[in-house]
Amino acid sequence: MTATGEHLLRELAPQVLGAVVRRHGDFGAAEDAVQEALAAAALQWPRTGVPENPRAWLVQVAGRKLTDQIRSESARRRRETKIALETPPEENVAPPPDEAPAQGDDALVLLVMCCHPALTRPSAIALTLRAVGGLTTAEIASAFLVPEATMAQRISRAKQSIKSSGVGFVMPAPEERSASFGAVLHVLYLVFNEGYATSSGPTHQRVDLSSEAIRLARVAHELLPDSGEVSGLLALMLLTDARRAARSGPNGEIIPLDEQDRSLWNQEGIAEGVRLVTEAMTGGAADSYLLQAAIAAVHDEAARAEDTDWPQIAALYRVLMRISDNPMVALNHAVAVAMTRGPTEGLALLEKLDRDPRIKDHYRLDAVRAHLLERSGTVAAALPYYVAAAEKTASLPERNYLLLRIAGLRAEEARR
Amino acid sequence: MKFMLMMHAPRGNGDYAINHWKPEEFRAHMQFMKNLNKDLREAGEFVVAEGLAPPGQARIVRSKGEGAPEVTDGPFAESKEFLVGYWIVDVENPERAYAIAGRASTAPGPGGGPLGITIEVRQVMGAPPDSL
Repeated sequence: MTATGEHLLRELAPQVLGAVVRRHGDFGAAEDAVQEALAAAALQWPRTGVPENPRAWLVQVAGRKLTDQIRSESARRRRETKIALETPPEENVAPPPDEAPAQGDDALVLLVMCCHPALTRPSAIALTLRAVGGLTTAEIASAFLVPEATMAQRISRAKQSIKSSGVGFVMPAPEERSASFGAVLHVLYLVFNEGYATSSGPTHQRVDLSSEAIRLARVAHELLPDSGEVSGLLALMLLTDARRAARSGPNGEIIPLDEQDRSLWNQEGIAEGVRLVTEAMTGGAADSYLLQAAIAAVHDEAARAEDTDWPQIAALYRVLMRISDNPMVALNHAVAVAMTRGPTEGLALLEKLDRDPRIKDHYRLDAVRAHLLERSGTVAAALPYYVAAAEKTASLPERNYLLLRIAGLRAEEARR
Repeated sequence: MKFMLMMHAPRGNGDYAINHWKPEEFRAHMQFMKNLNKDLREAGEFVVAEGLAPPGQARIVRSKGEGAPEVTDGPFAESKEFLVGYWIVDVENPERAYAIAGRASTAPGPGGGPLGITIEVRQVMGAPPDSL
């Protein structure tokens, strides 16, 4: 299958699934049938050419697979129970609605369904990548480095939870939409983060989860163009991903922002991210993803680290602190304050976080304290905090960066 | 997030204690482990699980890059416990990993009661750095 063909299939996947679920009802069975139809298309289209209406072709093939499935299922049941069904399975199938709903709505309903809070986050992530992203179970399994059978089970359990929680294939009521879309964005954010964390490993054979998250965020943005939250999330991903080539060293260790080779940043991604942020902010939106994106934009727009508009970043973190009581935001704010008004003021802000049970044992608090102590010129005081951070983090690139930093400081100390 | 659950058994007198169990005790133990792994698979959390050959067959290998690696009978004589098997699970949060370890620890031993095996739970590195 050509890259374009594959792209087309994946783009059509949620639309086709939406149409099939709408017609036949059973989400779990429909999802299997659509996967089979996608696989059939991937085999056939390169030989026969892409049909004139690929979407209709897929809906028809998936519908047929579903009917076959229902037939063989009921045949099995008939054999087992020796009771003939009174109605042929075709008649149990609801007729297509007179008016087909807009295809975009289907994709949105699907996203909401796959990210439903009744699912665990790992299940929601897996189901979203398969049902909306059109990835195969094998591809998702390899992206997360788990056996395919485990991923298959996770997906099937996700479908089961949807079934048992009675979530229907309908757009959530207006009063529930904000929470539902919030859950969708959180799942996409987690997919992006997973990709961001694993992309320095041996990934050439794995699906690139960051790109996949960006693709899905684009879908969400097309469906909800007026949502500042969605624009913000897409922009945040683009602005973060733009630094990908510069953000890790040859052995996968993190290179901090102020040491990155900025000529490696993807200017196209930055331009698009900045445009999205500007538009959404002009529209008056100011939610968490958008503010984070705005902060990423300020970083990305600085040609050199020393050109960074830190007062602007500190101001954005202050707004962010007003709308979300998140200690990680307060920690980042302390860094911005240190960069604007000096490390002593930043360090003073950390004292409050030492008493916050949500963050007091987090490695980033130690890492930030170490960094600010180092900036204030007391390397000997900084070292134990760098060591504490390196011993606490579960992120390998982060740990390797911290260990290199410790080694560098010790070498510097020894030379004195 | 992935965790490695390492099951440590006491060394006793240097012997492999399980050799002295009754057949039904060992069968119950095997059944317990089989059920645990089945449940982990069904929950979509299973990555890998392996039991290790008895420590009597262990070898310690060292090399400084010159000549043939040095191979000696292991494990370290002074250690009181040894690794008998491990799981890697992919779970939603640390609490779930602790719960699985808690269940593994209750695997039945002699007399059918829970062994209370020591399970060391370690996060597998590579998790995304926590953000907002």
